[in-house]
Amino acid sequence: MSSPNKASSWSALADRWLPKLVLSPSLAASLLFVYGFIAWTAWLSLTESRLLPDMTLSGLVQYRELFDNDRWWTAVANLGIFGGLFIFCALAVGLLLAVLLDQKIRAEGALRTIYLYPMALSFIVTGTAWKWMLNPDLGLQKLVNDWGFPNFTFDWLVDPDKAIYTVAIAGVWQSSGFVMALFLAGLRGIDDSIIKAAQVDGASLPVIYWRIIIPSLRPVFFSVLLILSHIAIKSFDLVMALTGGGPGTSSDVPAIFMYQFAFTRGQLGLGAASAMMMLMTIVAVLVPLMYMETRSAKRG
Amino acid sequence: MKLKQLSAALLATAILPATVFAGEVEVLHWWTSGGEAKSVAELKKMMNAKGDTWKDFAVAGGGGDNAMTALKTRVVSGNPPTAAQIKGPAIQEWGAEGVLANIDAVAKAEGWDKQLPPVVSQVMKYKGQYVAAPVNVHRVNWLWVNPDALKKAGAKVPTTWPEFFETADKLQKAGIQPIAHGGQPWQDATLFESVALGVGGADYYKKAFVKLDQATLAGPTTVKVFETLQKVKGYIDKGAAGRDWNLATAMVINGKAGMQFMGDWAKGEFTAAGKKPGKDFLCVAAPGTANSFTFNIDSLAMFKQKNPAAQKAQSDLAETVMSKDFQEVFNLNKGSIPARLDTPMDKFDDCAKKSKADLTTANKNGGLVPSFAHKMAMPSATEGAMVDVISQFMNSSMTPKTAAERLAKAGKVH
Repeated sequence: MSSPNKASSWSALADRWLPKLVLSPSLAASLLFVYGFIAWTAWLSLTESRLLPDMTLSGLVQYRELFDNDRWWTAVANLGIFGGLFIFCALAVGLLLAVLLDQKIRAEGALRTIYLYPMALSFIVTGTAWKWMLNPDLGLQKLVNDWGFPNFTFDWLVDPDKAIYTVAIAGVWQSSGFVMALFLAGLRGIDDSIIKAAQVDGASLPVIYWRIIIPSLRPVFFSVLLILSHIAIKSFDLVMALTGGGPGTSSDVPAIFMYQFAFTRGQLGLGAASAMMMLMTIVAVLVPLMYMETRSAKRG
Repeated sequence: MKLKQLSAALLATAILPATVFAGEVEVLHWWTSGGEAKSVAELKKMMNAKGDTWKDFAVAGGGGDNAMTALKTRVVSGNPPTAAQIKGPAIQEWGAEGVLANIDAVAKAEGWDKQLPPVVSQVMKYKGQYVAAPVNVHRVNWLWVNPDALKKAGAKVPTTWPEFFETADKLQKAGIQPIAHGGQPWQDATLFESVALGVGGADYYKKAFVKLDQATLAGPTTVKVFETLQKVKGYIDKGAAGRDWNLATAMVINGKAGMQFMGDWAKGEFTAAGKKPGKDFLCVAAPGTANSFTFNIDSLAMFKQKNPAAQKAQSDLAETVMSKDFQEVFNLNKGSIPARLDTPMDKFDDCAKKSKADLTTANKNGGLVPSFAHKMAMPSATEGAMVDVISQFMNSSMTPKTAAERLAKAGKVH
């Protein structure tokens, strides 16, 4: 009589503790490797660490030096240009593709795969391929020149004032298919009867999209913004492969700045300070977004 | 009690594999390309002959950046390699961290002070004691010339800056790209360095880039250097952005371009293409720098070892690296010249012989200066800030005067 009782108390105990037990290693790992190292970086940014970590606090010296550094401001401005263009264009192109694909066209599956395919490539591959295509002596410019338009020039890649735009072009090409897939999933989730009702009321197709469908995609917009903005802020590999931060330092972004100062120039403290600035930017963008999202989810 | 013993034993086995075994040397380096790898194999053979075992610790990529990251991890974890490929003032930076070993005993016994130029031995010492051994000397202020291209354009090999621009004009008229260059920051800095030495001379160079004298850095000579550089910039093609140095060398090899400013590692590209020095290509000092020599020295810095057997092996390594045999064979493979002045030069080619002769003269007349573009002259933070300014100047319409002011500001970063 006692054994089933015992077994049930064991299983009750397991029910209570097993989920926590199973989750605890990953919780401990993320506490240590994510939050622990964020705290360590924050600490380093307040020290005079050079080649190796030095744990004596020295106040905000590194931040002062960072804000006095021309190259940091170039990187920040580039992030603004790249981030803004990348997020806006990827969003617009992705939404447009999704809406067009949603018109019950033939071979939708094949087209969807084609548009989604760039997502399967790593940013390094995208960067290298676009580097060849945009190289004036090798790619697009040479092709058009050879077609018989010798005056055609497209040398943004080697133009210090325009190199950052090529990064945005390659980034949009890579990510808009993914954005399209997210929007398409959202479009498929909309109740058909609303659209039918609007059609009965005599609304034209553009009006239906503009007034009904796009506003009801609001949660998808949030997810897309979340994903795109963190890709933009931490972008490193794409810029490295496409322009290497050049010509000169003209297409530098904060992630490259951080890597070079922390690891190749023996200015670990300054690198840590720039990493903290990047973290703060991400937090400043994402926390309001996530707050708005959860609030609207509660209301909805 | 038992538990304590057990845990001690466990701890010992855990640590044991990490310590260096008796008579073993572990050398961190990034000599992984063809000729360089051959040189390292040579060193391994010599160490084996001395009864020491060689443990290779090669970390390729990123011009040594990856290797430095690996080194930092090892040193922070208290388990440094026997020696690592570190050069220039970085030796001082590591010395300041208190992790480098004193190899004065070997240096005294072998008489390094007599075998090395004082400018070189100074770099190898931390607080007056040897902590590193040099393996080679690269000369950076070379101008590589394709004589056929010059002949076609009816131009002559330039020795001064006015002559240089004359030659460049003639080349341009003949439809040949005057200068092959790659728009990467370190290449921009290499070019700048040769211009600075040619326009300002060795004394200016030392004051500005070794002593980091503010007045000199912001002064009229620096403005003149940047003005010359601006003129040089006009003879570089637009496709140079991001081009690798060896692709630029290839342009000189196949006659697309006439000249290239580059260190003597470029020689390897010419010889690999089957070209003969003096006939198919010329190595001349950059305009106005015939009596000077910008050096770039690779060296092995020695790290403190706890185990006496490892210390013995470390001394063997230092001794071997500075032996005439090793200096000869390593440099024959790498394209540089031996750091040790009394190494016989008869097996070397004409460019290397000329380099050696110029090294000896420059050593006497004070024209022997460290290359700052190759991290030999200043702390890495200062060097980085200066290279940023130079590469910005090369890639924008910044005026020479602003550039000089910014360079002076960069000189304050440390």
